Amino acid sequence: MNISRDEIIHISKLARLNLTGEEIEKYTKDLEDIIGFANTINGVDTENIDESITATEQSNVFRKDEVKEFDDKEALLSNAPSMEGRNVPPSKCFIIGR
Amino acid sequence: MSREDYEVVMGLEIHAELSTKTKIFCSCPTDFGGEPNTHCCPVCMAMPGALPVLNEKVVEYAVKAGLAMNCEIAENCKNDRKNYFYPDLPKSYQISQFDKPLCNHGYVEIDTKDGKKKIRILRIHIEEDAGKLNHDEYGRGSFVDLNRAGVPLIEIVSEPDIRGPEEADAYFKKIKSILEYIEVSDCKMQEGSLRADVNVSVRKKGDPKLGTRTEMKNMNSFRAIQNAVNYEAQRQIEVIESGGKVEQETLRWDELQGKTFSMRDKEDAQDYRYFPEPDLGMIHISKEYIENVKKTLPELPESRKKRYIEEYKLPEYDANILTSSKYFSNLFEGAVEKCGSAKAVSNWIMSDITGYLNENEIEPEKIPFTAENLAELITLIDKGTISSSIAKKVLPEMFEGEEKSPREIIEKNGWVQISDEGAIKEVVAKVLEANPQSIIDYKAGKDRALGFLVGQAMKETKGKANPGMLNKMFLEELNK
Repeated sequence: MNISRDEIIHISKLARLNLTGEEIEKYTKDLEDIIGFANTINGVDTENIDESITATEQSNVFRKDEVKEFDDKEALLSNAPSMEGRNVPPSKCFIIGR
Repeated sequence: MSREDYEVVMGLEIHAELSTKTKIFCSCPTDFGGEPNTHCCPVCMAMPGALPVLNEKVVEYAVKAGLAMNCEIAENCKNDRKNYFYPDLPKSYQISQFDKPLCNHGYVEIDTKDGKKKIRILRIHIEEDAGKLNHDEYGRGSFVDLNRAGVPLIEIVSEPDIRGPEEADAYFKKIKSILEYIEVSDCKMQEGSLRADVNVSVRKKGDPKLGTRTEMKNMNSFRAIQNAVNYEAQRQIEVIESGGKVEQETLRWDELQGKTFSMRDKEDAQDYRYFPEPDLGMIHISKEYIENVKKTLPELPESRKKRYIEEYKLPEYDANILTSSKYFSNLFEGAVEKCGSAKAVSNWIMSDITGYLNENEIEPEKIPFTAENLAELITLIDKGTISSSIAKKVLPEMFEGEEKSPREIIEKNGWVQISDEGAIKEVVAKVLEANPQSIIDYKAGKDRALGFLVGQAMKETKGKANPGMLNKMFLEELNK
């Protein structure tokens, strides 16, 4: 499986990663290995086997539409980098286009 | 070439928030407003290890919408992850549906100047809403409020069957009206619970190939869609006419400047890397389930319209307006049931009530009085308790005042029509005595004098005298 340098650059952009030239070389090779390994599954004969979409056989696992308030709301906000009122400013790495 | 040589082709992706009590994957409330980050829990705030569980009402409402829009309901469907980074999306992925949506291949009918037209619906799928960013005006950053994160949405994707802004408007209004009738979304556009992404392309008339499209995101008013489409179509035509090529891109519509702006450059073109959501199982929809949901569907606008024309003998135009909103339609039916006069109720809704709503920029759902109140008003006119000119004064009171009952309003303001023979006789005598010239004029054959005298008597009684009785008594006196 051939992975191009451009594909690695594209993927790193989508993942918001700034890679050095060296890293791009390394990950190109790594990803080729990873995808090559994952591709071994394509050798399995799937003739006459139903498509399976999820890992579990469970289906129609539903919840009733009933409100249950979460009771430790302070804890939810305790990781926020800074606060103003109850608004959580996004951490710097999430700000795009600035 | 001019604009007339081109055809504007559009498709709409309409997002509607479902009016469930709780979010799609957790039990947090969906109420609008509320202090920031108070309707949240580890699931919708994306704490590690927190797992989603699908709200059964979301499936029910989406199936209901699908049936109302003539869709096939999928026997098997699933959720997928749509990956992208944005500060309002705490998990860095949105749980949506990719290749197996809940509803497929439907249509709705709209009225165009050339008659009825079917707009095909490609699909309807369920997904979660993102949070909200409040941008600080002092540039200190953006504040994240996750109350809306995880609120259930359906996305209704049309085929590119829409031609021009008028059809887009009719289609959007039709979808809104259906969602209101089936009560799966409150469609409050100003709160963002109904919004549309609009795809626009142009092509020379007769050209079978679609042009390159641009997409405008998150339009939440009828007017914005009209303006944006008009502007964008013109822009694309100018690009083509000057020998250029339309770029496929996402645009932002700026209502104040009346222009579209490019939102992302090509390098940022979205690559969502969808894959099946591993935290959720499949959804199987049985035939019985579909039948049960079908039974909960109310009568839809098209059917009501037909009934109004046949049963109440209303003109099609009137029936169209009355069924354009669930609130008008319910008001109409409720009032007709009480007072029995379909034509009178229709006239009040079509003229005075619609006039008041337009003048004060109020949506039909904000009408503060009941169908019973409207029926009472009409009954009071029929019985002669009030004149129709007084009734026109009662209506604004019903909109603005605390008291909604026309009877109470009339009594409180002393607006009861004078139909007492003695009282009217007195007024007639008084007016005749004050206007001897009019008597001479009338006897000389000037019929207009009678109208003048009636007018004077109405003035004298502040519009409360029964005009029919006035007319009759003046004639009796004048012809003596």
